[in-house]
Amino acid sequence: MDQFTLNLIVIGLSFALYFGIAFWARAGSTAEFYAAGQGVPPVMNGMATAADWMSAASFISMAGLIAFGGYNNSVFLMGWTGGYVLLALLLAPYLRKFGKFTVPEFVGDRFYSTSARMVAVICLLVISITYVIGQMVGVGVTFARFLEVSTTTGLLIGSAVVFAYAVFGGMKGITYTQVAQYVVLITAYTIPAIFISLNLTGQFLPQIGLVSGYAPTGGETYFLDKLDQVVTDLGFTAYTADTTNMLNMFLVTMSLMIGTAGLPHVIIRFFTVPKVSDARISAGWALVFIALLYTVAPAVGSMARLNITTTFWPGAIDGETFSKPALSLAEIDSNPDLAWIRNWEKTGLLTFSDKNGDGLIQYFNEPKPVTDANAAVAAATKALTDAAADADKAPLEAAVAEATTARDAVLAEAQLGGQSLAAQGIVGNELTTVNNDIMVLANPEIAALPGWVIALVAAGGLAAALSTAAGLLLAISSAISHDLIKGALNPNISEKGELLAARISMAFAIVLATWLGYNPPGFAAQVVALAFGLAAATIFPVLMMGIFSTRVGKEGAIAGMLVGLITTSVYIFLFLGWFFIPGTNVYPNTADAHWFGISPAAFGPIGAVLNIATAYIVSMMTKAPPQEVQDLIQSIRVPKGAGKATAH
Amino acid sequence: MADKTSANAYWAANIKVITISMIIWFACSFGLGILLRPALSGIHIGGADLGFWFAQNGSIFVFLILIFVYAKIMNGIDRAHGVEE
Repeated sequence: MDQFTLNLIVIGLSFALYFGIAFWARAGSTAEFYAAGQGVPPVMNGMATAADWMSAASFISMAGLIAFGGYNNSVFLMGWTGGYVLLALLLAPYLRKFGKFTVPEFVGDRFYSTSARMVAVICLLVISITYVIGQMVGVGVTFARFLEVSTTTGLLIGSAVVFAYAVFGGMKGITYTQVAQYVVLITAYTIPAIFISLNLTGQFLPQIGLVSGYAPTGGETYFLDKLDQVVTDLGFTAYTADTTNMLNMFLVTMSLMIGTAGLPHVIIRFFTVPKVSDARISAGWALVFIALLYTVAPAVGSMARLNITTTFWPGAIDGETFSKPALSLAEIDSNPDLAWIRNWEKTGLLTFSDKNGDGLIQYFNEPKPVTDANAAVAAATKALTDAAADADKAPLEAAVAEATTARDAVLAEAQLGGQSLAAQGIVGNELTTVNNDIMVLANPEIAALPGWVIALVAAGGLAAALSTAAGLLLAISSAISHDLIKGALNPNISEKGELLAARISMAFAIVLATWLGYNPPGFAAQVVALAFGLAAATIFPVLMMGIFSTRVGKEGAIAGMLVGLITTSVYIFLFLGWFFIPGTNVYPNTADAHWFGISPAAFGPIGAVLNIATAYIVSMMTKAPPQEVQDLIQSIRVPKGAGKATAH
Repeated sequence: MADKTSANAYWAANIKVITISMIIWFACSFGLGILLRPALSGIHIGGADLGFWFAQNGSIFVFLILIFVYAKIMNGIDRAHGVEE
């Protein structure tokens, strides 16, 4: 059976499972549609939260980000897990006690103001819609890669699948489907990780393997030391090298942590459990299931990086990096174990070219002067070829000669393995693209694992993207039907009418997300940073103040949210362009131009501080919240009497 | 009035547990994982230095323990103040 058929079978079986569950657990009331009838056991809710939380980015991209960013990109590991501590301690139990369905509903009741609720709806929609675009793109790309269809077809298949189970199942159907999706994705992630850890370190647990000895050389050298030595030999920064900007690393981690705790689609998960104490423990279970992937990710990333590097420099496996010549093209085409190189070359995620024609692919960190000098030669040569037949070629030929001399001088100066590039006849790095995503997607093939593992990774990537998309779509649809329609436009709508409105807004949200995924505004990565920054600067602080302060009133809350929203988006737009339109940025997006070295992704905590400061100052100048709100605050602070959530 | 005093005592106990937990949360991630890494580079866990290990694995384990211990302590405090469900 070929790999494609195997992919189809495994993906088809996993989808049949999702549909079956969605049909069995379809929602019959608004309480079931918004909060699964508050009947989800904590362990299951934890599993569903983990699937909801871990998106295509966590599953496919994170290991690669860590592999190539090393210690610096630990921000994702700490940031995307530490937020659950904040959720468990500061938000989840109190919001569950409040006992309603949406985040804006809490803001509206606690700050006794429909305007506050609407500002929260706007923040929620901006955050969730930007986030869902990334998921839809992820669904399209994953389908395209494994089903061999175009990205657009992949996107349409993905939306149809989400449509089928999310619109009918609501939160109840989504939750039980996510439990199944979690099992698929975690199996798909850990099996290749265990194999690769056994290969490189002899350790079954990848977490132990990461800090153990490197097995191919008898385990005397630590795996991490081996990796550091190999990558620094090739001119890359060491995997464990210290950060160059501690302040920025600190702030990005903080932004991701409080952003995680402020993401509406994560918060509403804690409305689904039966009791307040269940909300606390459920955050713990969610983190258990998330940690299964997140503690394995550094091992996956670093080990895949060493594997791919030693594939191109075979001498590095048992001796020194340069003790044998680089991988040859003949070997790539003749060795069946290396067939993955040509396979992934087709997708464009891995590209190489034998620039110096020696039949070998030399992979190293090309110094910038070499890149610049080669570009200058290419430009001069192009000018010469493009010149009209009757033109005076002499000056152009002189320019080519001059650029070539300059390039040769640069090559004579640049070193690789203790010799100049010129002496080795190397003109530049020949492995021109190694996409981050390949670290997970090609991992089973690089480690020569059986075909069903490859198919499982495909199903896992799809499960990760679909489960997150469904959770986000639910948060969007409940904000529209419950907060906008029932909360403001038509408060007298019947239960049946609201359920229909919820389904229609879900369908509308899917169409919108599909359309946005089809026209990706080309900046998906930056948009995700915006989503976290905004969640950190708007939703998280307003919920915190709502629970822990009895003094902050509606004026303070509204002013605070607006200040958080505006300052954070403006700081991001200054470097990435107004509304991300290319070319409209005021400053270049480089470390030197950032104020105090603070990158746009790191601004969230500063926005949060500005939000809280504004809220307190405004509240000091305005009236304290009325008595019934004081009673509400006292009531959410104690678990007793939580009971079922009510719609009114 | 007695009810109000008891609610205040419950809230004060809750805040105390939260404060201690937040200190641990900060210390293992931002402290050991980021700010103190250069100072503690001499201490090793297998092939990794202490700060590196906390940044990539250790802090996640501490977060986990922290949430479960917090949930257990709070259940106890809920019962002690008679506000459990």
